[in-house]
Amino acid sequence: MKTANKTVTATRLVKDALEKAKHFEDYNIFTFINEEGALKKAAEIDAKIARGEKVGRLAGVPYALKDNFLSPEGETTASAHILEGFTSPVTATAVEKLEAEGAIMIGRTNMDAFAHGSSTESSYFGPTLNAYDKERVAGGSSGGSAVAVALDIVEFATGTDTGGSIRQPASFNGVYGLKPTYGCVSRYGVVAMASSTDCIGFFTKTPDDMSLLMSVASGQDPKDLTTLPDYYNDSEIKKAKKIGIIKDFYLKDSEIQKCLEHKCEELEKKGYEIVELEMPALKYALAAYYIIVPAEIASNLSRYDGVRYGFRSEKSDNLDDLYKNTRSEGFMPENKRRIMIGNFVLSSGFYDAYFLKAAKARTLIVKEYEEAFKKCDFILTPVAPNPAFKLGEKVNDPVSMYLEDVMSVPLNLAGVPGLAIPAGETSNGLPIGLQLVGPRRSDKSLIEFSKELM
Amino acid sequence: MKYIPTIGIECHVQLRTKTKLFSEVDNDARGKEPNSCVSPVDYALPGMLPRLNGEAIRLAILAGRAMNCEINASSRFDRKHYFYPDSPKGYQITQFYHPIIGEGWVELPSGERVRIEHAHLEGDAGKLTHFDSYSLVDLNRVDTPLIEIVSMPDMHSAKDAHDYCKALWRLMCFAGVTYGDLYNGNMRFDVNVSIAPEGSKELGKRAEVKNLNSFRSVERAVEYEIKRQSKLLDAGEKVIQETRGWNDATGETTGQRSKEEAKDYRYMPEPDLPPINLSQEFIDAESAKLPMMPSNYRKKFAGIIADDTLEVLLDYPSLMSKLGEIDAKYAKNISNLFASVLLAEEKSAEYLNDLPTAAELSELAEMNDKKELSSTATKEVFLRLFDPQMKGRGVKNIAKELGLVQENDLGALEAIVDTVLAKPETKKAQDDFRAGEEKVIGFLVGQVMKESHGKANPSAVQEILRKKLK
Repeated sequence: MKTANKTVTATRLVKDALEKAKHFEDYNIFTFINEEGALKKAAEIDAKIARGEKVGRLAGVPYALKDNFLSPEGETTASAHILEGFTSPVTATAVEKLEAEGAIMIGRTNMDAFAHGSSTESSYFGPTLNAYDKERVAGGSSGGSAVAVALDIVEFATGTDTGGSIRQPASFNGVYGLKPTYGCVSRYGVVAMASSTDCIGFFTKTPDDMSLLMSVASGQDPKDLTTLPDYYNDSEIKKAKKIGIIKDFYLKDSEIQKCLEHKCEELEKKGYEIVELEMPALKYALAAYYIIVPAEIASNLSRYDGVRYGFRSEKSDNLDDLYKNTRSEGFMPENKRRIMIGNFVLSSGFYDAYFLKAAKARTLIVKEYEEAFKKCDFILTPVAPNPAFKLGEKVNDPVSMYLEDVMSVPLNLAGVPGLAIPAGETSNGLPIGLQLVGPRRSDKSLIEFSKELM
Repeated sequence: MKYIPTIGIECHVQLRTKTKLFSEVDNDARGKEPNSCVSPVDYALPGMLPRLNGEAIRLAILAGRAMNCEINASSRFDRKHYFYPDSPKGYQITQFYHPIIGEGWVELPSGERVRIEHAHLEGDAGKLTHFDSYSLVDLNRVDTPLIEIVSMPDMHSAKDAHDYCKALWRLMCFAGVTYGDLYNGNMRFDVNVSIAPEGSKELGKRAEVKNLNSFRSVERAVEYEIKRQSKLLDAGEKVIQETRGWNDATGETTGQRSKEEAKDYRYMPEPDLPPINLSQEFIDAESAKLPMMPSNYRKKFAGIIADDTLEVLLDYPSLMSKLGEIDAKYAKNISNLFASVLLAEEKSAEYLNDLPTAAELSELAEMNDKKELSSTATKEVFLRLFDPQMKGRGVKNIAKELGLVQENDLGALEAIVDTVLAKPETKKAQDDFRAGEEKVIGFLVGQVMKESHGKANPSAVQEILRKKLK
């Protein structure tokens, strides 16, 4: 990626990005444009460069921040009405790390409210449009971030992936999107969706950019006890030999399936061995995911009560009404759906039947990946069963929307990394993405290997 | 009909950690502005994650060992959900499924044991103050570390309940895990009381009286509940399972909400905190730091310190620990000074945290033993040891400066006695004594004391006088 220097200044890079953002306004990518703040930071970096001082690895690089990352720049709303008016006094660890290397946030990107969704249609600010076809969805939940990179407004964008929220929009818009190993990047300061599956990751245009960002953003954080000890920068790149494909994910009569098979042939020509895997436990993944994740969502969203910050309903004259009205008006229908499912599966009498069973299925899935990676180095699968769909197509059918996640959520349950890569186009010109899956902590090797599929 | 009461108690103990259970904010909010000891984590901003205070784990181990409990090598946290403004996260982080402290027991003064079912770590809630049309929220107390100690229903009288709470309070104070300030809610008791007809194998329906903060109120609430429930059963009515509040002024409990409509807390494993895994070495090393407990002191001072004095002093861990440092032969003397002089002082609470050294106290006791200080003088010097102006001067110097050292030198005393006997104004008294008037000896002793400016040892003076007036 282009960093600022004496001739191409940070101010130039930032101004270009801001102009492009304005140009593509009709895509509804940004919830906030950080014009003043970004230009101020750019000037500071330019001054440093002019004085001959050392600047960071991302000096002057404009980036887009998904609206669920806390920072004092702009309101952090997670594109949800209930967080309207909330300006954070704290900064997410990931943002701190990026900015310490000189990256400049030019805007906050649209998303499904609280990251609940696979199309960015569940945003309080309305949907973001697909970079390739304005009648189609951007994917989600990190739709704004994916389109910002796909339209070349910014060099990179941040995302969060709880069940495909980076990989699916990346594949819908033809860019790279990484969901790292769970615990690789600190979650501190990122609006929580489901704590045990939330991962912080990025959208980029190249694997090398992805690797650079990971070396900046990863690492153990005392503020997030689920972060793993630092490994990204120290991990050696493992040479892959065997690539697995999952029989259970076979898509009949699909351009995506053809694309996958084509890539496998290419790999075989390069001397890789293709291994067919049977992973029967994966068929429980979606069900387990839609029990565990709503449970954690219901819990994590309890703090939005209108008492301390964000939106508060004006109508209430007692405490119970304050809660009910604030939450009824402040949450999107999809948020409410998940809160209800979550509270149902956690309620006494149902916990064992649902939550505990799902937790057991999750253990099976973890084991199944461990077994799979004894037979191969990486796994190649589709990201989603279909390319970008039409706006409105699945809005009234939550279950078909959830099925979007069928190939992405197993990774989140298992905590393994997955990289969505641009792999081709459909006959009508829509991007096709494939995902590379590796064992835990193989993120760096995974990114490196993706170059073989370019 | 005669009923047998059964009582189980849950006790919340606030731990005296420097910082909160899940954040690095000051845990000691005494005397501080409302909402001034609150971090973004306690305040539950979006995206905030709990950290874990290792000191709380250490104190929990000590608390557990003080109650003879197993310490679980692996424990973890869970979320307990409820909506109320004292709970910013919308859930309390507690240990529902896997508590850190396992089974144990607490011994009552009667020698009976109350079994501990388990005890777990959790974060405290904030404080609400209600007014007519609004309520104020103070989050300073949010996520102050607590351990909740759950007893088995092993108590059967109000006195048992009182004694258990007091024993528990002493254990927690001696273990040093809490400030133990009951008035400020450092320990709070929820008391479950049920009664069943004598001989019945089944327990009755229980009522839970919540948030009691003194031993006396525990005792009174249990007494009240036993009476209330007995009356109901005698009248052929039923006791309903419910939570009741205690009114200290009226001495009555009143129904709050019945358990039938109890909240569903929707417990869930806390995904932001990994399990706590403790090695046996760590548990052993921390357990070894447990100071002497009341039972150890009882054993140590049996036959040395009078039982009633010891019972008084066992409410003061710092005094007991000081006595423990002092040579056993002086312990009785110093324990009396503690019990009858120090604790009678107005400022005793301040003094407790800043006691004289064991060496100073031993020296004082020694001077008293050797009759260099009268018992009155000993008390005076003892109190001076707490005086900021006198502190550190040395016991002997203080005694000398105050002119309190007694004259025990018989030669010198005889000289003073002779001087006094030579005085014409004592002549009549001398004659009267010789004539058998016993009580005039007091007058003569007084004269000698006066002559010696109070430094003479009165019993020695009397002895010399008797000899000389034979």
